[in-house]
Amino acid sequence: MDLASILLGGLAAGMVLFVVSVGLSVTMGLMGFVNLAHGGFAMLGGYAVVLAMRHWGLPFSAALAFGFAAIAALSVLLERTLYARLYRASELDQVLFTIGLVFVMIASVTLAVGPESQRVELPAWLDGQTDLGFLRYRSYSLALIAAGTLLMLALWLGFERTRTGAKIRAAVDNRRMAESLGVDVGRLFTLTFALGSGLAAVGGGLGAEILGLDPQYPLRYLAYFLIVVAVGGLGRVTGVFCAALLIGVLDFTLKIYFPKGGTMFIYMLTLGFLLARPQGLFGKRGT
Amino acid sequence: MSSAAMHELAMRHRLQWWEALPWAAGLAAFFLFPNYLAFGTQVLVTILFALSLDLVLGYAGIVTLGHAAFFGAGAYAVGMLAAHAGWNEPLSGLVAAALVAGLLGLVSGWILLRTHGLTLLMLTLCTMALLEQAANMFSGWTGGFDGMPGLSFTPILGLFEFDVLYFRTQYLYALAALLLGFAVVRVLVYSPFGRSLTGIRENLLRMHAVGAPVRARQVLVYAISAALAGVAGAVFVQATGYVNLAVLGLERAAGVLIILILGGYGRLYGAFVGALVYMLLEHTLSKAYPTAWQLGLGLTLMLVALFARNGIFGLGDALRRRWSAR
Repeated sequence: MDLASILLGGLAAGMVLFVVSVGLSVTMGLMGFVNLAHGGFAMLGGYAVVLAMRHWGLPFSAALAFGFAAIAALSVLLERTLYARLYRASELDQVLFTIGLVFVMIASVTLAVGPESQRVELPAWLDGQTDLGFLRYRSYSLALIAAGTLLMLALWLGFERTRTGAKIRAAVDNRRMAESLGVDVGRLFTLTFALGSGLAAVGGGLGAEILGLDPQYPLRYLAYFLIVVAVGGLGRVTGVFCAALLIGVLDFTLKIYFPKGGTMFIYMLTLGFLLARPQGLFGKRGT
Repeated sequence: MSSAAMHELAMRHRLQWWEALPWAAGLAAFFLFPNYLAFGTQVLVTILFALSLDLVLGYAGIVTLGHAAFFGAGAYAVGMLAAHAGWNEPLSGLVAAALVAGLLGLVSGWILLRTHGLTLLMLTLCTMALLEQAANMFSGWTGGFDGMPGLSFTPILGLFEFDVLYFRTQYLYALAALLLGFAVVRVLVYSPFGRSLTGIRENLLRMHAVGAPVRARQVLVYAISAALAGVAGAVFVQATGYVNLAVLGLERAAGVLIILILGGYGRLYGAFVGALVYMLLEHTLSKAYPTAWQLGLGLTLMLVALFARNGIFGLGDALRRRWSAR
């Protein structure tokens, strides 16, 4: 494979990582809640997309929208009834609760759908190759890169240019200060939690082609999502974007050149990076 | 402070009569269930592993997702020494495993414990994943994915041969290792060193303010705990005669965390109760109904995190308080 194709493949994988992880970064930044079940929402979203297409004959894009709505609604339900009780609990309780939730999600999907891995049927216009002039590449990967970039722009605008975005940024930087200025951080959190879980669901659907889709998905990619968030910095959309692309490209490239030890380098780089900058790429010191 | 309370505080490290019960039960199980000693050995190893985690998590308040790294380090140390260096003597193997895992704990603790919260969780997870990938990659030394089966060890003290069929020797060997490890942990947590760890867990800022060498103590307890976990891993390998990648995966790390929480952390005997209950349930349920087991485990964890924050022992305490309040 030549350099351009490797780069494009890595970027496509990175976009999937971004779409899944961005919500986790914002919710962790807002509440400091260690949500290890975030990948579970991505998996449930993937299943929602696959099942909606298979049983209701929805087209791919409509199924993605359905997955977003269904998982966002489910996450609000869980957030209001269960997560909300643990905001003031210790990290350990949060870790335990969300690991438990992951197990419940895995078991439920195994019982309801089965343990085998699922395939997403791509629409015909995404399934072929596109001629870019200098090389021909898979249309789906190119579409992923385009969609991820658009989403990044939309989120960036929402974060930097709207009032709600400003409130979120304020609450991430200093929650108590934001609260004393009258920002309802609880409601903000519910909103971002729903949006983040919905995006994770879309990422699960979009990424099923690259990451696969089976009940073990949330545990298999847990470390990746967490690495992206930790490297990107909590509550930083641009940071998560850069981290996701970086890790996507590095992972893709290293796995091609060193098929056996590729993942090892990712962990090594993450270790070194986090030790040098524990606050992430663009995080501020002391937050 | 009333004199009764002071007396209790001064005497809290004294051995209670009921502290002999687990060991009596352990010995009784040896005679009562001769066909289940292989399983019993696994339980004892897991108790030791959970106990080592209790030292860092329950007493020092360091939340780690990667404790299996040290279990695995001890396991691979013994396995590789036996397979490549012909070092099959079990007791010196335990010492070697404790040294290797302890050194790893000392170095990684010294580097990692300057962070906290999510970053520390991530770094411990990454360290473990790194070791797992390394064990997978250098398959010439570690056996890679398949691990190293068929390891053999010389008789303990030259007298007691490892018993491949019934695990009689292994069971008593693991029980002895657990007793030794338990003694170390018990002495540690009631020592001034252990009290200062509890202080660090409860109020980090104040411990800094009174001039306690916080980080040095955290690193030291991390290394001691790592050495104990390494011994647990080594006993596991010597008893079963094989080592593979499962000794340092996320599943083992999460499993031991769950066991400790279920039993109740920061109270020495939580590890015993948690390991026994968890492994009995797993042994009976997970093979026949793997999905139902996972579902039940997940629901239990959620309920424990929401309502029973101190595990089985904590529930007992709450009931006792309610009882005595009447």
